[in-house]
Amino acid sequence: MENAKEKILEVKNLKQYFNPGSKNEVRAVDGITFDIFRGETFGLVGESGSGKSTTGRSIIRLYEPTDGEIDFQGTKVHEISKKKDLLKFRRDMQMIFQDPYASLNPKMKVRDIIAEGIDIHGLADSKKERNDRVDELLKLVGLNPDHASRYPHEFSGGQRQRIGIARALAVKPKFIVADEPISALDVSIQAQVVNLLMELQKSQDLTFLFIAHDLSMVKYISDRIGVMNSGKLLELAPAEDVYNKPLHAYTESLLSAVPLPDPDYERSRKRTAYVPRVPNNEPEELREIVPGHYVYCRESDVDRLKKKRAAYDNKK
Amino acid sequence: MSNILEVKDLNISFDTYAGKVQAIRGVSFDLKKGETLAIVGESGSGKSVTSRSIMRLLSQNANIEKGQIVFDGKDLVQASEKEMQAIRGKRIAMIFQDPMTSLNPTMTIEKQISEPLKLHQKMNRAQSRKRTLQLLELVGLPEPEKRMKQYPHQFSGGQRQRIVIAIALACNPDILIADEPTTALDVTIQAQILELMKELQEKIDTSIIFITHDLGVVANVADRVAVMYAGKFVEMGTVDEVFYNPQHPYTWGLLASMPTLETATSLYAIPGTPPDLLDPPKGDAFAPRNEYAMKIDTELAPPMFKISKSHYAATWLLHEDAPAIDPPQEIKARQQLYMKKFAGRHNDGGEQ
Repeated sequence: MENAKEKILEVKNLKQYFNPGSKNEVRAVDGITFDIFRGETFGLVGESGSGKSTTGRSIIRLYEPTDGEIDFQGTKVHEISKKKDLLKFRRDMQMIFQDPYASLNPKMKVRDIIAEGIDIHGLADSKKERNDRVDELLKLVGLNPDHASRYPHEFSGGQRQRIGIARALAVKPKFIVADEPISALDVSIQAQVVNLLMELQKSQDLTFLFIAHDLSMVKYISDRIGVMNSGKLLELAPAEDVYNKPLHAYTESLLSAVPLPDPDYERSRKRTAYVPRVPNNEPEELREIVPGHYVYCRESDVDRLKKKRAAYDNKK
Repeated sequence: MSNILEVKDLNISFDTYAGKVQAIRGVSFDLKKGETLAIVGESGSGKSVTSRSIMRLLSQNANIEKGQIVFDGKDLVQASEKEMQAIRGKRIAMIFQDPMTSLNPTMTIEKQISEPLKLHQKMNRAQSRKRTLQLLELVGLPEPEKRMKQYPHQFSGGQRQRIVIAIALACNPDILIADEPTTALDVTIQAQILELMKELQEKIDTSIIFITHDLGVVANVADRVAVMYAGKFVEMGTVDEVFYNPQHPYTWGLLASMPTLETATSLYAIPGTPPDLLDPPKGDAFAPRNEYAMKIDTELAPPMFKISKSHYAATWLLHEDAPAIDPPQEIKARQQLYMKKFAGRHNDGGEQ
């Protein structure tokens, strides 16, 4: 996989401001750049207000970006204008939402919820084909096809999230934006859904943008992780490196705050507070410290960070 | 250490349109002075109902069918509403999950914090203002003099939770019940609130019942842990016993379904969903999801087996006639990890 990396998504200097120009302008996403490779899971972590969900929503074109560009399979997402092309884009990119209670229409039967995409894109020639496809999808996500005629309120949170996943898969997408898909679920159910997503990724050949604030789960599911804070991408590296070799002070602070189910570790854990740096004239941007490991920093920081990274590598 | 609270064989049901929901099915535990007892469980396991019953804050359709809640020599189940009003907020206080909804948006912070002071301690305005300032300093709110005149919407989530804690601590309660106090907060804010709670516990020597579903938080705050499933405690012990030598298959499942820094292989997921407590299963409620279940599990609910002076678990696997089983890899790794850490600590001179 390492040498056959093909970019499926390129985010270039994306800026997403709300109320631009006005007094209460919010710079939710403030110039971020990253790529996602075909077949990988890219984890985007950050605290509330960091801009991680906004990034996901801009990528799937729920917002018009203030500046910057998003290329998906070579097409500029925000320049798609023909209805036919937009339909194709919507088919290739799907979304799984956080709240399985709010994201399913309570007045629709599960069969119709899942088949909505199939109908819109005309993917079934007959009613039988449509129903067969829904049954197949329900089985794929671990639900009983007999449940297709039920309504969402008859299901538990974990089952609803499975319905949401089946709906996303119905149009055979290539790329899925999963915005905190497990945050609303119980611990034992979270593991079920995460395992399901990982299985589906392999069997359906999917690429994931996985947005979350739960760092231990993100590390487990992701190939690479981007850490966001105040609308900026502060660190980007393979999942293992973000965890074991963090270079940015914010990443270190975030990791030091996560409680783990290990009392002995908890007794010795020391939290480090993050103090944002005072800006000076030197511009800060995402710079590559070692191949594949990027940190948002100044040119004059690079040597220090290279040494820091080397110290981690030597310790191993 | 003496017990400040003893709960004995508590049974609570709720009347619903569908029938009687057996939410709590025989819960017994005690709380020692100055300790933190964590109750862990999934939604619907009964952890919040247990804590609310101690405050007698259950909804209209709840029935305490059986059992005692003995606090300071008095059975709270039998206490009158008037007696409860003298206890609530004064001797037993509560912190709720959502700091956005547990504060009154139309009242200033000062007014809300001084409410219990005026009510329970009969303070006058000057006294309560002084105490309010003290409390806000205690919970680490900057500029308390200016900020106590502000309203909840002018504070961030973490600050609001600090204010809720200040209200709960206003009368130096004997018991503090914290129902998922950090679930709605970001990790860095959560860490700050947990640090604050531990610091305050040392200062005012209160006992804490900490309710959560997050095992990481439990490992951080708890002295003892009770694992709850389908209205019962299935395992109880010191934090080290439950995390490093767990005995109940449900505890195994919970621990194995959370990734640790070492997890590299596939994550264990407990199959299925919790039982419907409208019609609780006859035997062990966890049996249908338990790969180690035996025939007896479907027929007879297991009693609490004693593993050590402080460690108990309700699983037939601990019966002397039970076959030897092989716990999941993740659990064996935990036991080994502990042996290693424990041995290491002794070599260091054993400062514990």
